[in-house]
Amino acid sequence: MNKLRKIFTLDSLVVPLVAIVLGLIVGALVMLLGNYNPIEAYSALIKRVVGSPYHVGETIRQVTPLIFTGLAVAFAFRSGMFNIGADGQVLIGMTTATAVSLSLDGVHALVSVPLAVIAGGLAGGCWAAIAGFLKAKRGINEVITTIMLNWVALYFSNYIIRHFFLLKGQNRSEDIQASASMTFLSSIFDNARVHWGTVIALIAAAFFYIYLWKTKQGYEMRAVGFNQHAAEYAGMNVGRNVIKAMFISGVFAGLAGTFEVLGVFHFQSVFAASPGYGFDGIAVALLGMNHPIGVVFAAILYGGLTYGSAGMSFAAGVPPELIKIIIGSIIFFIAAQGIVRFILKPFYLKRKKEKVL
Amino acid sequence: MSTAAAAPVVELKQITKRFPGIIANDSISLTLRKGEIHALLGENGAGKSTLMNILFGLYQPDEGTIEMNGTPVTIDNPNKAIKYGIGMVHQHFKLVQPFTVTENIILGMEPKKGLNIDYKSASAQVAKLSEQYGLQVNPNSKIQDISVGMQQRVEIMKTLYRGADILIFDEPTAVLTPQEIEELMAIMRRLVAEGKSIILITHKLKEIMEISDRVTIIRRGKVIDTVDTDKTNPSDLAEKMVGRSVSFKIDKDEPNIGQPVLEMNQVRVESKEGVSLLNGLDLVVRAGEVVGIAGVDGNGQTELIEAITGLRKINSGTITLSGRSITNLPTRKIIESGVSHIPEDRHKHGLVLDFSVKENMILETYYKTPYSKGAFLDQRTIGEYAGKLVKDFDVRTPDIETKARSLSGGNQQKAIIAREIDKNPDFLIAAQPTRGLDVGAIEFVHKQLIAQRDQGKAVLLVSFELDEIMNVADRIAVIYGGKIVGEVYPKDTNDQELGLMMAGFIDKGGQKGE
Amino acid sequence: MDVLTLLGQLLNSTLVFSTALIFTALGGIFSERSGVVNIGLEGLMIFGAFAAGVGTYYAQEAGMGSAAPWVGVICAIFVGILGSLIHALASVTFKADQTISGIVINFLAAGLTLFIVKLLFDGSAETPLIKVFHKQAIPLLRDIPIIGEGFFNAYPTTYLALILVAVAFYVLYKTPFGLRLRSVGEYPGAADTLGVNVSRMRYIGVMISGALAGLGGATITLTTTSLFSHNTISGQGYIAIAAMIFGKWNPVGAFGAAMFFGFSQAIRNYVQLFEWSRSIPQEFIFMIPYVLTIIVLVSAVGRASAPSALGTPYDPSKR
Repeated sequence: MNKLRKIFTLDSLVVPLVAIVLGLIVGALVMLLGNYNPIEAYSALIKRVVGSPYHVGETIRQVTPLIFTGLAVAFAFRSGMFNIGADGQVLIGMTTATAVSLSLDGVHALVSVPLAVIAGGLAGGCWAAIAGFLKAKRGINEVITTIMLNWVALYFSNYIIRHFFLLKGQNRSEDIQASASMTFLSSIFDNARVHWGTVIALIAAAFFYIYLWKTKQGYEMRAVGFNQHAAEYAGMNVGRNVIKAMFISGVFAGLAGTFEVLGVFHFQSVFAASPGYGFDGIAVALLGMNHPIGVVFAAILYGGLTYGSAGMSFAAGVPPELIKIIIGSIIFFIAAQGIVRFILKPFYLKRKKEKVL
Repeated sequence: MSTAAAAPVVELKQITKRFPGIIANDSISLTLRKGEIHALLGENGAGKSTLMNILFGLYQPDEGTIEMNGTPVTIDNPNKAIKYGIGMVHQHFKLVQPFTVTENIILGMEPKKGLNIDYKSASAQVAKLSEQYGLQVNPNSKIQDISVGMQQRVEIMKTLYRGADILIFDEPTAVLTPQEIEELMAIMRRLVAEGKSIILITHKLKEIMEISDRVTIIRRGKVIDTVDTDKTNPSDLAEKMVGRSVSFKIDKDEPNIGQPVLEMNQVRVESKEGVSLLNGLDLVVRAGEVVGIAGVDGNGQTELIEAITGLRKINSGTITLSGRSITNLPTRKIIESGVSHIPEDRHKHGLVLDFSVKENMILETYYKTPYSKGAFLDQRTIGEYAGKLVKDFDVRTPDIETKARSLSGGNQQKAIIAREIDKNPDFLIAAQPTRGLDVGAIEFVHKQLIAQRDQGKAVLLVSFELDEIMNVADRIAVIYGGKIVGEVYPKDTNDQELGLMMAGFIDKGGQKGE
Repeated sequence: MDVLTLLGQLLNSTLVFSTALIFTALGGIFSERSGVVNIGLEGLMIFGAFAAGVGTYYAQEAGMGSAAPWVGVICAIFVGILGSLIHALASVTFKADQTISGIVINFLAAGLTLFIVKLLFDGSAETPLIKVFHKQAIPLLRDIPIIGEGFFNAYPTTYLALILVAVAFYVLYKTPFGLRLRSVGEYPGAADTLGVNVSRMRYIGVMISGALAGLGGATITLTTTSLFSHNTISGQGYIAIAAMIFGKWNPVGAFGAAMFFGFSQAIRNYVQLFEWSRSIPQEFIFMIPYVLTIIVLVSAVGRASAPSALGTPYDPSKR
């Protein structure tokens, strides 16, 4: 038993690393099959990411919403729920931030931006809390409700933008004046779209860690996440925790959307289909083993790959869809740890033998 | 029956099975003769189940051989075992609840008509088997609608349908009333008379003495002895099983009974579907006494506990604790008013298995000072507290950061008991507190319950083990059909009377112990 | 337009939208009845839609004419099964979390299919336009009022779907295979001790779901979009999951639920016909099926009918 535990803690670092390597190998194999040069492609990818201050800044821009949505999915996971609805929560956060900012046109940015951020986060949280509420009160599986709410959010957001904030003749909202951009960094990053959201995202990761592992509310939430029956037995209010966990999860997602609008685009599009932020968040959470620090690193990996894929596409002609294949494979190897362990087995055995000697 | 002349049908020779960290079976040999009932006696964790799972093809032995009628065989899956005529009646029934009796029996060996299952001939076959062995099972009932005793018969019929000649019964009496046990023994005798051979896994000496021809005792994975039943006696068997002389009588003084602590008055509980679960239940537990709830599983024991602890809302009636109403209060309020609860299922309710031992020790008190200061947990105080409990209650764990999951069953139970008793409750509920524990741990638990009683606490003991109730309780309340159908004192009653009450044949009414 | 014709047409287009959902929901039932959650149905549909598009295109190029779409269908079934094997490998053999494994399928499908399309068609993000199925009326039957237009003037895939509903019901509830499949989803420990191979049954269940979801995806390419691109499948797999749950994991129930979803898609086009309904913003009309799903879940369907062992990898040592 003890031995098992030691391997397990080792695994929590080794498995993701091995999975990433395996995923990149799968990507290389797919490229070889498609007659591309994987070395050329991967180096083009890396060059694109770290090639210039502008690209570094833009990579940070790409990573930021992934940290938020990754935290959102991971937080729900830790409380025993699967939030597939981060996508919808992002949209609701986005729409709320847009609506608040455009309604407060002319108000000083020091007032309007914080208000928009708070409103966007809260709105995302409330949207997610619907699924939490339905689970707590009626026992309805949150996977189904969050999927359904994604579409409702999509159409609802489009309705709001099209009917109240449409820029004439365009399929997007009017421009938002209030901005969360970090203009003082613009010169360093060569006008890349860096914004305050990145700082908030890192603060959110820290909050995640402290709240869940250091506070009594977090203790309760983890108990509910691991074993609802025991939590109930111990006198905890499971339903309230479920709703609260979904709310906090949704706040993270809502902030992702908020900063995309306030920090990056400064307007909101009418979306034909789901923009996919939430599904990326699932990938990031799984990659990061649902731990806030893991999530930050996973977001950097995913964001880097995604941003770099354009370079890869340009220099080596590889379709950027390859990144999805790589990410999918990495998650596959993490989820099916048995495969990784199977591959690692000879190494473990060797090490054990060495210890005996 | 125990003639030495009968030929061996199965011989297990020097079977060894290792699991990481333990040797479950250490060179075990066992011979089953044709037409005998061979008891396999040992404590929980002695290696009985592992051995039988090897015989049934669920595990592979690391060393040793199995011979059937003198020929060595390899049994590497249940199909092979079935082919060799081995059938197993599992302790936890392997029955698909929404399926019918017939569907459960024919699964995997369905009679066919074209591409279809031939349900007609299947039912006829089942009915015929039922008649042959006097089992009285209705082929078309759904499992979820029939009694525990009936379900066990379906398990037996599954083996007979497959033509088993060797039947393994794994702790078959654990959930039966004394009368059902009698019926089961009659069935076993009939099976042997029809030429079957039986291995009976149990830790109950009474049954062994009554029905078996020979006994093999195993302890910590090793065979201690094989003896003819008529040449041994219960205390000899017990000593061989545990390795020291044991007395199953518990030393306790006369109870010093005080004021009523728990009072339940006409409590009714209905399921969501409107099925009556508690049916006007009356119960009083007073300070300084242990009240035992005897009954067959599924007669309202779980609901009774859930009603008291607030895990289930009651539809009508009242529950008071030392005179104050706790009816339908939230669980936390009830815990705070002085109720402790050692739950029936320690994995489901008692522990968060993925939490450390330390975290589990504050499961109900984490939000109070000194364990929390403001919004934050005080890790240091919690650690000191958990360390103290682990020491006081002798919970064997590498350290307090160890996950509860990796503790043995006995130590998990000790951890729960430590937590519940240390809260210094007025009223302590102990539900199946010794299930799955070895004799040493059982003694520990019983001593703790008696000690609580002697300190003037009110104790409610719910157990399916009649011996446990008879030994530990000062007063016994029998539950049947969601109400208390009678109350008796251990010294004034016997298994037979209790059994009839548990089966609903005698209704003495709630006497409230007067 | 008179009411009867209108109803007939509405029913007809309901079936057009429902067909893919019926196939896919039936597939989901086989997987989940065996105890394996399949949230990868979306990805499996993508695989199917892709294979149908590519397969039909090359069959057409090879001069197979009106048989080309059938080649596409066969390709879709085959590729759907291949995709589902990834799910089975991870979740049955390696005991991965079934939901996560399903999400992997969705990721891989989205990436792989477009990657290959770009590879095959010179960087184009969609297949060329292909030959598709045409509606085929069944003589005599189609003259029945409402139902005739509704059911008997349909795509061949629709007829196939309707037949498969009956077949699935028969297989699940009347055959030894069905009994074993369901037992594995309810209580694998019981099945195992009776010699039923739990892993094999689950593999088969998941592979059937791959085949049927592939067929579902193909239906959309070959009756609705006439090509495969990144948004050919956009959420139908998730709706099929909802239909399966609505239908309480029963083929007939799932058929009814799929019809309901198809109907709420079809009605979109008819709402525009009336003066009073034109004032409703179209976004709210689009929301209807999703909101209704939630409302129905809130008001009815208990979880009691889900297979008891759904989502739990089978570990014989924990018997």
